Amino acid sequence: MNWLQQWAGYLPQMLSGLGVSLFIAAVAIVAGYPLGLLLSVMVQHRNLVIRTLGLAIVEIGRGAPALVILYLVYYGLPKFGIAFESIQAACIALVWNAAAYSSEIIRAGLQSVARGQTEAAYVLGLSGRDTFFRVIMPQGMRSAIPGLMGVAIQMFQGTSLAYAIAVPELMKSAYNIGSEDFNYLQIFTLAGICYAVISIPATWITVYFEKRMSRHA
Amino acid sequence: MDALLAVVQGLPMTLWLTLAAFAIGIVGAVPLSLALTSPIAPLRWAARLVVDLIRGVPIIVWLFLLKFGIHVGTFKFSPVNAAIVGLGVVSIAYLAEIYRGGIQAVPRGQLEASKALGLSGGTTFFGVVIPQAFRIVSPSIATYLVGLLKDSSIASTIIVSEMVFQSQSFARQHPTVEGILPYVIVGVIYIVLSLPVAFLSRRLDARMRKAIFA
Repeated sequence: MNWLQQWAGYLPQMLSGLGVSLFIAAVAIVAGYPLGLLLSVMVQHRNLVIRTLGLAIVEIGRGAPALVILYLVYYGLPKFGIAFESIQAACIALVWNAAAYSSEIIRAGLQSVARGQTEAAYVLGLSGRDTFFRVIMPQGMRSAIPGLMGVAIQMFQGTSLAYAIAVPELMKSAYNIGSEDFNYLQIFTLAGICYAVISIPATWITVYFEKRMSRHA
Repeated sequence: MDALLAVVQGLPMTLWLTLAAFAIGIVGAVPLSLALTSPIAPLRWAARLVVDLIRGVPIIVWLFLLKFGIHVGTFKFSPVNAAIVGLGVVSIAYLAEIYRGGIQAVPRGQLEASKALGLSGGTTFFGVVIPQAFRIVSPSIATYLVGLLKDSSIASTIIVSEMVFQSQSFARQHPTVEGILPYVIVGVIYIVLSLPVAFLSRRLDARMRKAIFA
């Protein structure tokens, strides 16, 4: 079939774009989740200043579209003398996004840990730090896993927005190929398939984990 | 002030995209969710495939596919129509999944009670399951609407002059520090717009929990 032959020709360029997409998604997840954990703790902090700061970072990261954050980082910050390359800007924007979304999921997870656990830790004389890192966090993170996997898929799909600031990721590769020979239908279909072959199995794995979790709940 | 004016010029388009796509989604998701919960396995599988496929591809790809890829004779999508159809189709898939969750979350005892009362399948579904499912999903639908509002910003990449597009063109004309303003403003507008819906979602959620699970 004609399409398949063309696709085979496009594939090397598309795969290099996919590599960039996966790289950005990986950065967003690896840096975003720990920051999300930090934010979830900040949001519940006693200190009003820390709590407000945490809340502001989370609400902007979740409330503003990812595209707006991307533009703010890439076009906005250079106005204050902080300039980034496009790929760095994309990473920063998605890390912010991932941290904001994951913080809510982690917070819900931490809050789902039964109160008795904290009380038992206190009675046993564990320090506040040990209580959090050894008792609450291991249990809370467990119930946050399916949600965090969902965010990971969302981030991978979100990398497609980096096209808008000319990051050479999958969508940009597709557009470049398309503007050479105007086979937009073929090339964007191929791009969609590239995203789908990663997102769809990832969704199935997430659903599997969700089911497993709810069985033991 | 100029920046605010420029951004607000895109507000009607943002709202139009969001509401039009939402309308398509709300209606289109009904048959798809029925297929997702159908007792006929092949129908269920086909619906599952459609939903996963639509959700597995980023919105920007759908928009580009519609805007640049579709050429039938002399027919081409205008940017606005491509955005509405694209966002609408994606909404159908997400909302169908939400509806399915709602239908399946109706407590089993309700079905058993209807059977014991001798209600027909149709009456059980439309008179017992749907009214309760609707209450269960209404908070999720409100949350999805907020997400859709934000996703409508992606239409700026196919040159629909909604808020983000307006911000960009203002920023291009003002290469000074002023150029950051529209992005800040547009971010604030999105957050402000989503507040009432988020509030509504929490209220609906509290009411639903009292009505169904209490």
